[in-house]
Amino acid sequence: MRRTVAAVLRKELRLELRAPQAVPAMALFSVTTLVVFHFALQRGQVDGDLAAGVLWVTLLFAAMLGTSRLFVADHEEGGLDGFLLAPVDRTALLVAKALALLGFLAAVEVVAVPAFALLLLGPTPDPGAVAALVLVLLLADAGVAIIGTLVSALAVQTRARDLIVPLLALPLLIPVVIAAARATTPLFLAGGSEAVPARWLAILGLYDLVFGLLAYAVFDYLVED
Amino acid sequence: MVAAAPAIELAGLTRRYGERVALQDVTLTLPAGATLVVFGPNGAGKSTLLRVLATLLRPHAGTARVLGHALPEEGWAVRGRIGLLGHAPLLYRDLSGRENLAFHARLHGVGLERATALIEQVGLSARADDKVHTYSRGMVQRLAVCRAVLHDPEVLLLDEPRANLDPAAAGLVEPLIGAASGRTRIVTSHDPAGGLAEADLALGLRAGRADLVAAAGELDAARIGALYR
Amino acid sequence: MLYGTRLRSLSLLTAVTLTAGFGLAFFYAPMDADQGFMQKIFYVHVPLAIVALGGFVFGGVMAVQHLRTRDARYDLRSYVAIHLSLVLGAGVLITGSIWAKASWGHWWVWDEPTLVSFLVVFLLYATYQPLRFSIEDPERQARYASVFAVTAGAFVPLNFLAVRLAQAYTHPRVFATANGGLPAKMQLPFYLCLIGMALLFATLWKYEMASKHTSAQLRSLRRKLGGDDAGATHGRTAAPSLRTSS
Repeated sequence: MRRTVAAVLRKELRLELRAPQAVPAMALFSVTTLVVFHFALQRGQVDGDLAAGVLWVTLLFAAMLGTSRLFVADHEEGGLDGFLLAPVDRTALLVAKALALLGFLAAVEVVAVPAFALLLLGPTPDPGAVAALVLVLLLADAGVAIIGTLVSALAVQTRARDLIVPLLALPLLIPVVIAAARATTPLFLAGGSEAVPARWLAILGLYDLVFGLLAYAVFDYLVED
Repeated sequence: MVAAAPAIELAGLTRRYGERVALQDVTLTLPAGATLVVFGPNGAGKSTLLRVLATLLRPHAGTARVLGHALPEEGWAVRGRIGLLGHAPLLYRDLSGRENLAFHARLHGVGLERATALIEQVGLSARADDKVHTYSRGMVQRLAVCRAVLHDPEVLLLDEPRANLDPAAAGLVEPLIGAASGRTRIVTSHDPAGGLAEADLALGLRAGRADLVAAAGELDAARIGALYR
Repeated sequence: MLYGTRLRSLSLLTAVTLTAGFGLAFFYAPMDADQGFMQKIFYVHVPLAIVALGGFVFGGVMAVQHLRTRDARYDLRSYVAIHLSLVLGAGVLITGSIWAKASWGHWWVWDEPTLVSFLVVFLLYATYQPLRFSIEDPERQARYASVFAVTAGAFVPLNFLAVRLAQAYTHPRVFATANGGLPAKMQLPFYLCLIGMALLFATLWKYEMASKHTSAQLRSLRRKLGGDDAGATHGRTAAPSLRTSS
C-alpha cells in the first residue's frame, strides 16, 4: 500500500512540476482575489473576524479552482485504467491524490498567506500566532484535500465537471470554513493576537477524521465499474 | 496426461449498459496458450468483452473465469497476470516514455531493468527520455505494447494491436504479443483472412451476441465477412 | 415488493392524523404571548424539518444498502426519499422564513443555527439531481448518487454541530417555556403533527415508488413486445430506471 501511494504520489508531483497547471493558477488567483477584496470591501486594511473571513474565502475559492483538475489528466489520458489494471489496493489512489492536493494547497498558501499579510492584514502577527496559523491551515487543508479528492473523483465522470466540483464541495466544506474562520479570528485582532480556542481545532480534527474514514470507505465505489 | 486448466471460461456472460445490452450470453472456453480472435462490426461488444476480461468491468449476469479465478470476486488475484492493450494507450503525455514505464513498473512491483530492456526491444531507446506527446502514433503504440507486457502477463488482451504500426514496427512487437510469445491471447480484428490465420478459436460478435464460436480450422474468410452484413 | 398495497388506507390515515394535528394546533394549543398566531407555524415547520432530515438519513441508509448489494431497487428507494426530503426541505425554509419574519421582523436571520444548518444541507442536496443528470452511464450514475447520498448523510450531523457551536444563541422557543420543555397543551398537537408529517412522507414515498415501478414494468412489457428500442423513456429524467425481470 505504501509503495503504491509513493508511486502515484511521485507521478502526481512529477506531472505538476513538469507541466504546472494547478499550483500557479491557484496562487495567482488568490492574489488577484485579495486585490478584488480590497476594492469590493473598500478597505486598505482588515483585522479580526473580517481578516479571517477574507483569508479563508480566498483560500477556499482558490482550492476549488485547483480541485477540478485533480483527476482530469487521468481521465483524459486513460491513466486511471492503467492504475486499475495493477494488482494494487484502489484506496491508495485516494491517499495519494489527497496528499498531492494537500501539497498543492500548501504550496499555494506559501504565496497567498504572505500576500494576504502584505496587502490587507492590518496587525502584524507575532511568531506564536504564525505557528498557530500554520496549525489551523494544516488541519483545514486536510479537510479540503479529503473532500476535494472525493468530489473531484466523482465529478470527473460527469459532463459538467467544473461546475459540479464547487457546487458539491462548498456546502460540504462549510464546517471547515466555520471552524477555520473562528479559529483564526483571535490571531488577527487589532489589539494583539490571542490564543486559538481549542474547540475549533477539535472540530477540524473531528471533521478530518469522519470524512477521512468515509472517503476511505466509499472511494472504491467511485473508481471501479 | 492431465489437461491444463483453461485460461478463459465464459458461460452466459452478459453486460448491460443501462437498458441496452452490450454483451449477451457469451459462452466459450479457451485453453492456455491458445489464441482467440474476436470479429464483429463496430459496436458489437468486442472492446466490452476485453474490458470485462481485464477486470475493468464486472459481469452483470453469467460467469467469467480467467486463469481459474471467478470474476469479479477474485479479480484482484488475476490483475497482475493480465495485460491489456486497448484503444487508449494509458500513457501520460507529459511524462517521458521511460517515466511512464517506470510508473507502471512500480505499480506492478517489476524491476526497472525490464522496462529498459523492453524499450530497447521495440526500438525506442533513442527517444525514451522524450515526453510522450512528442511521439508519433506508431511510437505511442509501441510504448503501449511495452506497458502491456511489462509485468510478463500470462494472458494478453489485445484490441487491434497492429493499428498505427508500419510493417517494421509490427515486426518489432511481434515477439512480445504474437503467437510465438506463448501467452494466451485474445485479439480483436477486422481482417477476416489475417485474423483467422493466427487464430486457434474464433468468436464472431454481432450486437452483443455470439453469432459464431468455432475452431479456426472450420471457418473461412467468407463466413467471417457475413458478420459485417 | 408491491408498493401499491394499502396505499388507500395509508393516505386516509395520513389525512386524518394531519387534520387532527392541525385542528388541535389551531384551536386547542395555547396562543403564544409574544408571537401571536404566527407562532402556530411551528407545528408545520418543525415536524417538516424533522421528517425531512429523517428522509435524508433514510436515503443515506438505502444508499449504503445499494452500494453493498448493487441492487438497483435500493437506489430507487434512496432517490425517491432524497427527492421528497428536498421538497419538504423547501417547505422548511419557507415556513422558517415566515416564522422569522413574524418573530424578528426579517425574512431571514442568521441567529437560528438549526435553520442555517438546514439551509446548508438543502444547498447540498439540491445538487443531487443535477449530479444524476450529468452522468450518462446509468449504472455509474446510480453508484455515484449513492456515494453522494452516503457522504451527505454523514455530513448532516457534523454540519449541525459546527453551526450550533458557531452561534451565540440557541434555537429559541422550539421546545421552550420558562422552565424549558414543551408545555403540556402544546405536546399533543405537536406530536400529532409530527406523526402526521411522517405518515405524509411515507405515503408520498409509496406513491412515487409505485408509480416508478409501474412505469418500469410498462417499459419492460413494451420492450418484450416491440424489441429493444420500443421501451425507451421519453424526455430526460434523473430518476433511476429499474430493470424488472425480462
